[in-house]
Order: sequence, then C-alpha cells, then structure tokens
Amino acid sequence: MNLASIAWKSVKQRSLSSALTSLSVALGVMLMVTVLVIFSVLDSTFSQRSIGYDLIMGPKGSPLQLVLSTVYHVNPPIENLPYRFYKEIQKDPRVETAIPIAIGDTTEQGGFPIVGTIPQYFVIDYAPNRQFMVEGKSLQKPFDALIGSRVAKVNGWKIGSTFRLVHGGNEGHVHNELFTVVGVLAPTGTPNDKSVFVHLDGFYQIQGHDKPFDEAIRRERDFFGEPPLGKAELDAEVARLKKKYSHEGHKHAPGFIEEVPELQKDVTSILLLMKSPSAAILFAGEWKKSFRPAMAINPIFPMQQLMVDVLGGVRIMLIFLTSLIVLVSGIGIFVSIYNSMSARKREIGILRALGARRQTVFSIVLAESILLCGGGGVIGLLLGHGLVFLTAPLVEMRSGIIMNPWSFEPMEAALLPGLLVLATLAGFLPGLLAYRTDVADALQNS
Amino acid sequence: MSLVLQDVRKSYREPGGRTIPILNIASFRMDAGEQVVLLGSSGGGKTTLLNVIAGITAVDSGRVLIGGIDVCKLPEAARDRFRADRIGYVFQTFHLLPAFTALENVLLGMTFSGKGANRAKAIQLLKRVGLSHRMNHRPGHMSVGEQQRVAVARALANTPVLLLADEPTANVDAANQQIVLDLLRESCREEKVALLLVTHAPEVAKQFERVEKLAEFNRPGVAPLAAGASA
Ligand SMILES: Nc1ncnc2c1ncn2[C@@H]1O[C@H](COP(=O)(O)OP(=O)(O)OP(=O)(O)O)[C@@H](O)[C@H]1O
Ligand SMILES: [Mg+2]
Repeated sequence: MNLASIAWKSVKQRSLSSALTSLSVALGVMLMVTVLVIFSVLDSTFSQRSIGYDLIMGPKGSPLQLVLSTVYHVNPPIENLPYRFYKEIQKDPRVETAIPIAIGDTTEQGGFPIVGTIPQYFVIDYAPNRQFMVEGKSLQKPFDALIGSRVAKVNGWKIGSTFRLVHGGNEGHVHNELFTVVGVLAPTGTPNDKSVFVHLDGFYQIQGHDKPFDEAIRRERDFFGEPPLGKAELDAEVARLKKKYSHEGHKHAPGFIEEVPELQKDVTSILLLMKSPSAAILFAGEWKKSFRPAMAINPIFPMQQLMVDVLGGVRIMLIFLTSLIVLVSGIGIFVSIYNSMSARKREIGILRALGARRQTVFSIVLAESILLCGGGGVIGLLLGHGLVFLTAPLVEMRSGIIMNPWSFEPMEAALLPGLLVLATLAGFLPGLLAYRTDVADALQNS
Repeated sequence: MSLVLQDVRKSYREPGGRTIPILNIASFRMDAGEQVVLLGSSGGGKTTLLNVIAGITAVDSGRVLIGGIDVCKLPEAARDRFRADRIGYVFQTFHLLPAFTALENVLLGMTFSGKGANRAKAIQLLKRVGLSHRMNHRPGHMSVGEQQRVAVARALANTPVLLLADEPTANVDAANQQIVLDLLRESCREEKVALLLVTHAPEVAKQFERVEKLAEFNRPGVAPLAAGASA
C-alpha cells in the first residue's frame, strides 16, 4: 500500500464531504478554463492583429479613436475629412490605393453600424492574405448594401432584403431611404461581420448627410488653411452650387446615380495601401509634422493597445475572480480535512504504531488534500472544455465565433501546479496535526 | 533476538500535577524465539509495558534492549522504522483500520517496513488464520473473533522478531480463545518469533512454560490502583 492509496481510502471513507469539496474545486477550475478558452478565442478573432492596410488617415486626434471607428466601426467621430482631401491623398505618388470610409448611422433593425465605402474595399484583403468572399454582387448602385455574416444571421436578411437606417446622432430619426441587400460577406471573424456596407454615393444621398453649402465651404477652406470667403463671395458660390446641383425639375430614373456635390461629402477616414513600407513610414512621419488637421497612423499599435487595455483588463479581472473561487474551494478542502482530523486521530495513531513515521502521516494527509484538489482540478478541466464543447455551436450560431473546445491554453498548464500549491497550503495544517499526534495517546483515547 | 529490560521506570502525570508510577522494573529478560506469558491484574501496567517495549511510549529512565539495541535511545524516526521492521503488535482492541479490508489491514502491517508490502504473503497469512473467505471484508463486517485473527495476521505481516500480544484472547468465547492462542503460538514457533503475551486469565497463562507475574517484578512503589481509586 502506498501513501496515495492510503490517502485515497480516507477520501473514500468520507465520500460525501470529499465529493463536495472536490466539486467546488472542479467548478472553480471549470469557470477558469472557460474564461481562458473564451478569451483566447476573443483574442484571436477580435484582436485582429493587423488589417490589410498600411495606414489609416483621419482627422488629427486620438489614434485609438481613429482605429475604433475605422476598424471596429464603433464610436463615430465628430470631425471628418473633406472629400477633396481624399482625392488629394489618392494622387500622392507614394499611395498605391486609398479607400474612403464614412461611418455614422446604424441599421434600424439590430443597430448594426453602416459603413459607406467604395466597391474596391472588398477587393483588398481585410487582413494579411485574407480575402473577402461575397455571396451575391458587390456594391454597384447608391442604395445597394453588402452585409456582414452576423448581420445576415441576426437580422435574418438575405439578398433582396430591404432596410432603413437610423441616424446615429439623432435618436430615433429614421431615414426614408430604402437600401437593398445585394450581397452577403462570408464570416471573417472581424468587425466586418457585424457591419453593413453601403455605397459611399448612397451614404451621401441620405438626407442630412450633405451639409449646407455655406457651412461646407467654410469648413473645407478651414481644413485646407485657406482664408475664409467674404460674405458676397460666399453667397455667390452658394448660389452657383445650388443652381448646378438643383434637385428640382427631375425624377430619379431607376438606377440613376444622383451626383452629390463633392463639397458636401466628407469621410471618416481613409484606408491607405502604400507603394512600399518605407513610403508608409515617411508618409506617416510627414503628416505628423504637418500643420493640416489630419494624421496618418499605423493601426497596429492602437489595435494592440486596445486588446491589452480593454480585453486584457476584463480577462485579468475574470481570472482573478475565478482564482478567488478556486481559493475558496481550497479553504473548503482545508476545513473538510481539518474537521476530520479529530476523528482520524486513532487512525493516525495506528499507522504510527505500525511503524509509519511522523513525516509519513503528514504526507498521507497532504496526499489526501492533493487528491481532492487535483481530482477536482482534472474534473474541472474536463467540465470546462465540455462546457465550451456544449456551448460552441450556440456561440458560433449567434456570433460567428468559432471555438475549438479541445484547444488547450498555455495558462491551463499552470493551473495544475497552482492547484498543487493550493493543496499543499490546504493540507499543511491538518498534516501538521497528524505529524504531532501522540501515538500512545491516540491509541488509548479511541 | 533477545529482549532485555533494565531499570525501566514509567510514571504518568495526572492533570492535578501528581505523578503516578506505573512501571518500575529492575530487570526482565526473554530470549530469541521464547514464548512468555505475562500475568497481571487490570490496571497493572501491562499495556503500558508493551507500549514501552514497542517504542510507542517513552520511558522515564532505563533501557529497553531488543537484540542489543536500546530502543529508547534511538532517534524517533529510527525507532519507528525499528518497530516497522522488527516488532509485531496485537493490540488489546485490535486497532484495525475501519476503511481498509482485512487484506489491506494486513498489507498495512508491512507497508512501513523496509521489506515493503507483499500481497502473496498477506493472502497466505489470512489463510493461515482461517480468513481466506473474509479477505475483502471490512472490520465492521466481521465478528470480534475474526477481527482478532486479522490483527494476528497483521502483527505477523512484517516477519517480526518479537510479537507483543495484549490480551489477544479477551472478548471471545472459550473455543475461539483457544483457536487464537494456538494460532499465535504455532505461528511464532514456525517463524521463530519471540512471543510476549499479556493476559489476566490464568487458564491462558497455564499453557505456557514460562509464566511471569507482572506484580512480582514490577514494583512501582505506590500501587497504581490504590492511587487511582483514592484520586
Ligand atoms: N496516558 C495516561 N495518563 C495517565 N494515566 C495512564 C495513562 N495510560 C495509562 N494510565 C494508567 O496507568 C495504569 C496502567 O494502565 P495500563 O493500560 O497499562 O493497564 P493494563 O494493565 O493494560 O490494564 P487492562 O488489563 O485493564 O488493560 C492505569 O491505572 C491507567 O489508568
Ligand atoms: Mg491493557
């Protein structure tokens, strides 16, 4: 008989209490494993370490905010870039491709963010070497829409579905314009899955997205550092534009693309593919020093910061909480063994009388604690992965996130040594009681 | 291996602070393989003496030599190991472990010795004491007589040089009493184990060639019973 089997006898003898204490460890470990697995999945799907672009241009300000709006399609900014600026950037010899992005509204149903862009957006990889796959057509007409896989799933939209938008800033204000789904994107595991893409032209044709001419003129001149126009000049210019783009006197033929004055368009940000990596660095550096209220940033750093700041914090908090649960169950093991010690005094006395040393009975009690803790831990690991296994289809259905229940996290490897330490702590004091047991006394008082 | 006691003194301290002398043995000796019965009245210190010899209870002074080794002088761990290797003990109340089967209890008798557990031997010992059909029973599911025999098998499990038996014939009827006694004596003879058997029953004592009356060589000074009674 080895020490572990002697300890196991004692565990079995108090089966109910042993089962309950191990179960509490198992539940704690289960939660911890679930947290670890879920976070590793979130980490790999949402951290999206990089996007398929070299730089993002936006109004001067917080790079994090620019990334949030451009990559994650949340937190639309107040400041925008004039369309004229986009065209200027497009002509820069170092720029390979420039894709404009406009964000602001959400879908009436489901509240998914609307991203106004150009069809080329879907031609360029959304992440390094990962291409968009579209079921249906790409954007052609102003009121065409391409929807992410999750939008399709949640809203139950198919090709041909129509929908309206709600203005982001204006609570409850529903735009009249009806958009039609022409294509559905395959899941990408990126925020694109939760977005609705419309043609930039359509985006501007929504009422209220075109600014009044006088304000547009003022803001554009301001952006480019040009002196403001005098009252007379401004009025003349507004009148000229009004005449040119007058809506009166004609009806929309089907498929007619109504032109929106460039002046009235503006974009949230510009995605840039550069001709070379060094061009990207030089370009970003140049804009850093520029007097113009725009910047060009490499999105990788803010994206990583976002992961660390937001998800990292939540993860640490959850791990801390689940650690507390495991710790409390460790205390449970301590209490359970400690309470059994007086009843086991005789047993320990007998073992000593049969020649077991003090260290030996100490080890037996410790082994018992390790059995309870380790057994609970292993059960918890299985339960945790089992839980992921059971919920994976549900999560996949609802969010498009694919979880592999059998992918083990490196931190799980640290779990068992951690439990060993916990078991040692929990078993130490009862073990010491066993160590101190006086043999003759223990044999007599039974 | 011989057992020699020299000037062994043991007294207990009462909670009130009074000391009660239990043992005061000037000299006692038994040879290797010898079988000795120790006759003594209840409370006379028989169990205390066996515990002293087994190294379970520390003496106040004196020497307990087993095969020339003074058990009292050994460091504790060595004394535990000595007990595990050399001594078999049938306790007055058996002290079987309730969670363990008969076989496991016997295996425990070998576990802590240097020889290690030997399952075949444990099974053979249980057969020897007539419990081949009770090996996987727990003590709680066995009669007192059967428990007693498991205790005997366990005491012999580590092939000791000295077997201490504390009233092994109490608690059972006359027929079973004789079975256990014969078993102990035969086993010890076969294995060349010295047997020190303690009893207060004259009919058990009279079967041994050498009968020692504890009261004759143990003179604690104050009679323990009297002291206990007046307290
Ligand atoms: N730990 C102890 N503390 C105080 N007194 C003790 C202790 N152990 C034994 N005694 C006393 O020592 C005396 C001898 O006890 P012991 O158990 O050796 O007697 P015994 O001869 O085995 O008796 P019995 O035949 O009833 O088993 C008793 O009076 C007992 O009360
Ligand atoms: Mg006794």
